[in-house]
Amino acid sequence: MLVYIIRRILMLIPILILMSMVAFFLIELPPGDWVSTRITQLEMSGVQVSADEAARLIAQYGLDKPMPVRYWRWVEGIVMRGNWGFSMQWNKPVNEILAERVPMTIVISLSALLLSWIVAIPIGIYSATHQYSFLDYVFTILGFIGVATPGFLLALILAWVLFAKFGFSMLGLYSREYLEAPWSFAKFLDLLKHIWLPLILVGMGNTAGTIRVVRNNLLDELNKQYVIAARSKGLSEWKLLLKYPVRLAINPLLSTVSFILPGLVSGSVLIDIVLSLQTTGPVLLRATLAQDMYLAGSIVLILSALTVVGALLGDLLLIVVDPRIRFGRAEK
Amino acid sequence: MTDTANLFLEVDNLKTYFFLHEGTVKAVDGVSFNLYKGRSLGVIGESGCGKSVTAHSILRLVPSPPGREVDGKILLHLHEGSNGSSTEEIVDTLKLERNGPKMRSIRGKEIGMIFQEPMTSFSPVHTIGSQIMENLLLHTPGISKKEARDRTIEMLQRVGIARAHQQVDAYPHQFSGGMRQRAMIAMALICGPSMLIGDEPTTALDVTIQAQILDLINDLQAELNMALMYISHDLAVVGEMSDEIIVMYLGLVMEHASTDEIFDNPLHPYTLALWRSIPTIEGKLERLTPISGTLPSPFAHIPGCPFFSRCERRIPGTCDAALPPLKEVAPGHWVRCVLY
Ligand SMILES: Nc1ncnc2c1ncn2[C@@H]1O[C@H](COP(=O)(O)OP(=O)(O)OP(=O)(O)O)[C@@H](O)[C@H]1O
Ligand SMILES: [Mg+2]
Repeated sequence: MLVYIIRRILMLIPILILMSMVAFFLIELPPGDWVSTRITQLEMSGVQVSADEAARLIAQYGLDKPMPVRYWRWVEGIVMRGNWGFSMQWNKPVNEILAERVPMTIVISLSALLLSWIVAIPIGIYSATHQYSFLDYVFTILGFIGVATPGFLLALILAWVLFAKFGFSMLGLYSREYLEAPWSFAKFLDLLKHIWLPLILVGMGNTAGTIRVVRNNLLDELNKQYVIAARSKGLSEWKLLLKYPVRLAINPLLSTVSFILPGLVSGSVLIDIVLSLQTTGPVLLRATLAQDMYLAGSIVLILSALTVVGALLGDLLLIVVDPRIRFGRAEK
Repeated sequence: MTDTANLFLEVDNLKTYFFLHEGTVKAVDGVSFNLYKGRSLGVIGESGCGKSVTAHSILRLVPSPPGREVDGKILLHLHEGSNGSSTEEIVDTLKLERNGPKMRSIRGKEIGMIFQEPMTSFSPVHTIGSQIMENLLLHTPGISKKEARDRTIEMLQRVGIARAHQQVDAYPHQFSGGMRQRAMIAMALICGPSMLIGDEPTTALDVTIQAQILDLINDLQAELNMALMYISHDLAVVGEMSDEIIVMYLGLVMEHASTDEIFDNPLHPYTLALWRSIPTIEGKLERLTPISGTLPSPFAHIPGCPFFSRCERRIPGTCDAALPPLKEVAPGHWVRCVLY
C-alpha cells in the first residue's frame, strides 16, 4: 500500500517536468515575443524605438538567448530560488503578482466545489428516492438550466441587478476600504459578504452536473440486491439509505475531483473577469494576449501542477473509502 | 397437515400486483399455503411466475410503488417469552406499515432471507462481519459490540468459513461465491429466526458448492427447527429440500402436494411438462422436452386457465372460458385443472 502511494508520488516528478516544458513552449509558440509586441504598440502610438534601444530591451529580458536556455533559466529559478521569473507586462516579479491570486483561486475553486456538493448531494438523494415526483422534475429542470446557462452571463445580470436595485457592488472580493488593508477579522467578514456570489456562480454548472450523477448512481444502487438484503435485516430506511447505497453512489465523486478542478479554474475565467475577482484567470488571459511568457507560463504550470496533485489526492481518497480499490492496488 | 402448535405462517389468498404504465402485472394472484416450524415448502415454476414476489410480499419487501399487496392475509404466529409460558401473537404483515417498526422487528429476527446472487448480496465497501453483526445489533437490545462480534465469528464457523476470526474482517470481494453464500446464510440466521426463505440461493453456484450449501441449509433447518420456504426452478433441488411443493404459473398455484406425492403422481399438465423438461434424477441424460410455446405476456388478461395456450390436453371452450378452481383431488393433493 505504502509502496503504491510512494510510487504515485514519484511519478509526479516526470509529469511535472513534462508539464513545465509544455507550458513554456506553448506560450512561446505564437510568433513574436513580448519586446516586439511592445515595440509595435509604442510605434503605433507614435514613439520611435531605436534599434539600440530594442536590442537593449531584448538583452535585458534574456530574449536573445535560444529557447532551451531561457526555459532552463526559468525552471532553475523556480526550483533553486522559488523565483518564477519577471513579468514584463506588470514590471514586477511573477511571485508578487501571484502571491495572493493563487491561494484565492484555490480557495474559490475548492469552496465552490464543496458548496456544490453540499447542495447537490442532498438534492440528488431526494431526487433518486422520490423519482418522478414533482420536486424531482423541478430539480431536473433547474439542473438543465444550471448546466446550460453560462455562468458569466448570470454573473453580469446578477451583478447589475444587485447594483441597480440595492446599490450593492458585487464586483471584487472586498469593499474598497479593505482592498489594500492588511488581513483582519473585519476584512474576513467583508470577504464573506462578497464571496458567496462568485461561489454560487462558479459552482452552479458543477452543482447541476453533480445532482444528475448522484441521482443516477443512487438509482442504480437502490435496485441492487445488497440494499434489499440490508432491508431484510430490519434496518430503518434512513439508516439503510445513508449507510449503504448513498455511500456507494457518492464515492465516484471523489475521483471526479481531479477533472473538476481545472474545469472550475478555466470555466470561471469569464466569471472572474466579469466580477473582477483577484484570481489567476483574468491575469492569465491578459498575460497570454501580451505574450508575457514568464507570467503566463507560471500560471499554467501552477494550475496544472495543482490539477495533478488534486488527481492524486482524489485517487488516494478513493482508496481510503473503497476497499476493492485498496486491495486491488495493494496486491499488484 | 394440521399441526397448530408448529404453525408459523399462513398465507391466504395473497394478491400482489404491479401497477405499471403498460398495464397491471398480476405477479401473485391468489396464492395460499401454510408453513410449519421444522418443515419445508418448495416453490417451483418458470421464470416470472411470481415466486420471488410471493417471498418478498411476506417480508413486505415488494417495491411500492409500483407494487402493492392488493388482497389477502399473511399471518405470522409469533411466540414471545420462554418456552413453557409462551404467549402467541398473530400478526398480519399486510396490515403493518411497509417499513414501520413492527415490520422491521420481524425482518431478520423472525424471518431470515437468502438471495439468489451471492455476489451482490453484500455491500462491497463494508466488511462481511460488520454486515452480519448489524443484524444482531439491531435485534438484540443491550448486546455489546464485542459480544456481537464473538457471536458473528461463531456463526461464520458454524456455516463453514475457515479462519472465521480473521475472515470476519474481510470484504466481500475477498470471498468466493460459495463463501459469500455461506456468509449470507450466517447473516440470515444469526438472530435465530423461526423461518428461513431461500430465493434460489444456489442457482448461481457450481454443482459441488451447490450440494454443500443445500446440506448446510438442511442441517441448520433441523438444528434451529425452522420453517423453510425454498424457491427454485430446479426440480431436483426442490425435491431434495422440501416436504411439500407448490407449482406456480403466472401468479397462480397450479398444483400443491407433498413432495413424494407430486413426484410419484404429478397431475397437472404443467407439472407434467415441467417434469419432462428436466433430466431424470437417476442422471440418465434423456432427451429433454422443453415446454412448448412461450409464456404469455405478464400484462395479458387471460380469462381461463393461464396455461391454456401451451397445454397439450387443453379443451377449447372449457379451459379458456373460466379459471378452474384449485381442487383437492386426494387428501393433501390440490390441482387447478378441469381434468380432475
Ligand atoms: N419491481 C417490479 N416492477 C415491476 N414488475 C415486477 C417487479 N418485480 C417483479 N415484477 C413482475 O412480477 C412477475 C413475477 O416476478 P418474480 O420476480 O416473482 O418471478 P420469479 O418467479 O421469481 O422468477 P425468477 O425465476 O426469474 O426469479 C414478473 O412478471 C415480473 O416482471
Ligand atoms: Mg425470482
